[in-house]
Amino acid sequence: MHREALVIDGVSFHSRLFMGTGGAPSLYGLAEALIASGTELTTVAMRRHDSASAGSLFGLVSDLGVRVLPNTAGCFTAREAVLTAELARDALETDWIKLEVIADDQTLLPDALELLDAAEQLVSRGFVVFAYTNDDPALAVRLERLGVAAVMPLGAPIGTGLGILNPHNIALIVERSGVPVVLDAGIGTASDAALAMELGCDAVLLATAVTRAQDPPRMANAFRHAVIAGRLAAEAGRIPRRGRARASSAMDGRPDL
Amino acid sequence: MIDITLNGRPHCLPGASTVAELVAEVTGRPLRADGRAMDGGGLGLAVARNSEVVPRSRWVDTAVANGDSVEILGAAQGG
Repeated sequence: MHREALVIDGVSFHSRLFMGTGGAPSLYGLAEALIASGTELTTVAMRRHDSASAGSLFGLVSDLGVRVLPNTAGCFTAREAVLTAELARDALETDWIKLEVIADDQTLLPDALELLDAAEQLVSRGFVVFAYTNDDPALAVRLERLGVAAVMPLGAPIGTGLGILNPHNIALIVERSGVPVVLDAGIGTASDAALAMELGCDAVLLATAVTRAQDPPRMANAFRHAVIAGRLAAEAGRIPRRGRARASSAMDGRPDL
Repeated sequence: MIDITLNGRPHCLPGASTVAELVAEVTGRPLRADGRAMDGGGLGLAVARNSEVVPRSRWVDTAVANGDSVEILGAAQGG
């Protein structure tokens, strides 16, 4: 099976499923799910050091050989996001940052103005920015012009599992983007991830759809296959939608009965 | 005695201290002068003092002063 790798900042990914570490009740369960997902990139948040659980997540991810993408989750302003990114760079020794600047804690939707401000500052400071953004084609273009490495539109608000609420906008973002598009947030089940890939997204990022599933490793495996299937379908080219039926069996040679 | 706020809580230091000494105390791990563990590995931690990053390479020569607010952060689970 021919599958072209996704390349971001010179790094090749053979799995187009990025899996976050959020929401898992135990590190052991998280490790099982990460392995089952086949992911090569995982997100972490930056939080106050707790000596009781010191370093275990950092150690776990390092041991699994999965690349780390720190995020700025919980930041409401560009100032907080830039400071968090700088701390993540110093702690985890990576220039990669998932930029997340939220407007409020009810919707967790990105704040477009703070997002653009933070993206501009981070790019100028040499960060490789993965911008978590709304399903807004105009905003995606703005982010790309600022020099982000990937745009990551949401399918639905974080943690809702509502799937892709506006497939048309996601397709439009993909169509006009010169940088990789990663569908991020809102994924509920495997078919949502397959749809994202069918719409032309380059990868899917999810966390709670796996970590809060009843059987996380099994769901991780389902997503692994869904992303592959969706990608193959996108490459294969689907048939056009038709309003009327079209027989697949020829009428020629039909017997008189 | 130096009173600081460490990760949002009052914290008392017996005397003049550096960020490196504070990190070593909190983690229970001795540090090299470059802010790494003795085996050369990274601790996976970063420090902000009064809302400014103190890069790991400067932990050893950055003093902690009375009234400082220090945050020691590491990777936690998150999407």
